[in-house]
Amino acid sequence: MAEEVKKIKVTIDNISIDVPMGTTILQAARMIGGDVVPPAMCYYTKLEGSGGKCRTCLVEVSKGSEADPRPMPKLVASCRTGVMDGMEVKNMTSPKVEDARNGVVEFLLLNHPLDCPICDQAGECHLQDLGYEHGKQGTRYEFKRRTFDKHDLGPYIQLHMTRCILCYRCVFTADQLTNKRVHGILSRGDHSEIATHIEKALDNDFIGNVIDVCPVGALTDKTFRFKNRVWFTKPVNAHRECKCCSGKVTLWQRGEEVLRVTARKDQWGEVEDWICNECRFKKKQSADWTIEGPTHVSRHSVISQGHYEGMKKPTETFSAVHEGRKPKLLMDIHSVSEVNDPSIDLSAIDGPATSATYNHSTKKS
Amino acid sequence: MASLTNRVKVLEQQPLSFMERLYLPAIFKGMAITFSHIFKKKATIRYPEEKRPFSPVFRGLQVLNRDEEGRENCTACGLCAVACPAEAITMEGAERQKNEEHLYREEKYAAKYEINMLRCIFCGLCEEACPKDAIYLSETFAPSNFTRKSFIYSKDELLIPHPINDKEGYDAARVSRVEKLKK
Repeated sequence: MAEEVKKIKVTIDNISIDVPMGTTILQAARMIGGDVVPPAMCYYTKLEGSGGKCRTCLVEVSKGSEADPRPMPKLVASCRTGVMDGMEVKNMTSPKVEDARNGVVEFLLLNHPLDCPICDQAGECHLQDLGYEHGKQGTRYEFKRRTFDKHDLGPYIQLHMTRCILCYRCVFTADQLTNKRVHGILSRGDHSEIATHIEKALDNDFIGNVIDVCPVGALTDKTFRFKNRVWFTKPVNAHRECKCCSGKVTLWQRGEEVLRVTARKDQWGEVEDWICNECRFKKKQSADWTIEGPTHVSRHSVISQGHYEGMKKPTETFSAVHEGRKPKLLMDIHSVSEVNDPSIDLSAIDGPATSATYNHSTKKS
Repeated sequence: MASLTNRVKVLEQQPLSFMERLYLPAIFKGMAITFSHIFKKKATIRYPEEKRPFSPVFRGLQVLNRDEEGRENCTACGLCAVACPAEAITMEGAERQKNEEHLYREEKYAAKYEINMLRCIFCGLCEEACPKDAIYLSETFAPSNFTRKSFIYSKDELLIPHPINDKEGYDAARVSRVEKLKK
């Protein structure tokens, strides 16, 4: 057995924990859990080299270590700062951190288009959560928000550059999961943008994971585009036999339709197992999957509004009481309502629904 | 029987007097009260001809709004549906195509939008939730009807008339709202 890793003591918001040497402050805070965990927009445990870009995880180190108890002169990015023995960190107990974080959020939202009503990420967006906790009511920015020329990233991934916060997660994902990265950050400063050099499609086998990794709605699933709001779909854990990936996914269903497939995410919103493009984009039938049961959704999330988890359906007593007779349906909603028309299978369409989708089917029926 | 509290009052019924036994004076007294009401102000109005003014905070039938150019405001964001306590609102979104810019204000729009008026409780939470000023409650009732199906209101019933093509209809739908906002 390897020699025992030396444990060192770190105190975050007056809560002490012993962690192995080389742990970062953010990871130590995540070991404690709860409210002391700083938010992270760019850091991703499973991506090497990520972190240090968004500055939302800034914390105050009020005591450097047991050997050198001086506080660190400036706020530090907790995702890239290793802990020292006897270090004392202030996160939510420090007004300086609170103030700095508010400033960072204001900067992140400076050029953000705030098109959450349209954005497919709304409801599971980390920037939304961050803005909800630290954001201001209005903006102080007086100029025109920057816009970009649209780039097409192929048939599966939709890029909205105006929503991007340049966290580089997708770049690391492409570098570390796929054998060839074709997209990256072009230009510098205010003009930096995610793009492929001279219009290439992202079609590598694991490239779909950039959608899950994106903390905002910059990279979204084209096969799910505008089909439904995230919180109206039912998340269920499912798996299938897959040659190239673990096959463990979350299906986002509407009735029996599978509108979207994503990887399973842990409590920090990070992917548990990477999944391949075939599982993500091609398997949109519930028959393709073995369904395990509803995904656990935090009750603070709007996605939990469906209350699917732990739901018990009452047994239908009518036919038992009435000698097997079925209850008489007074009004079939589909005969009146045009919404959720059973003849339109949204999951079968590759892209977003358009006026043609609906007009065509009404002609057919 | 022992009383439960000390507040019991014992009523003593005395036999009726001669005048009371006649009954007629009491009848005439009652008739006089009834007759006097003819000259008083009426509490009712003749409804379809006469209408009472609505309160400025009245919440009636929903209207889907358009902007000045007649483009639909709704982007099918689903906030009204998630805010609705009666779960009366459903919708389906679609992507705006190249030649549809004059119809819809944003990239995404509500291809289908329905309110089940049998479920709606006119609480106005949809209006409050809407980030696009796309739905508001007007000062009209949902008209009564004999069938259930006629209460599923789709975009045909809910959309405000086009402000350029049907200016009169738009103004009529808009005027009460504008007055309300002025106050």
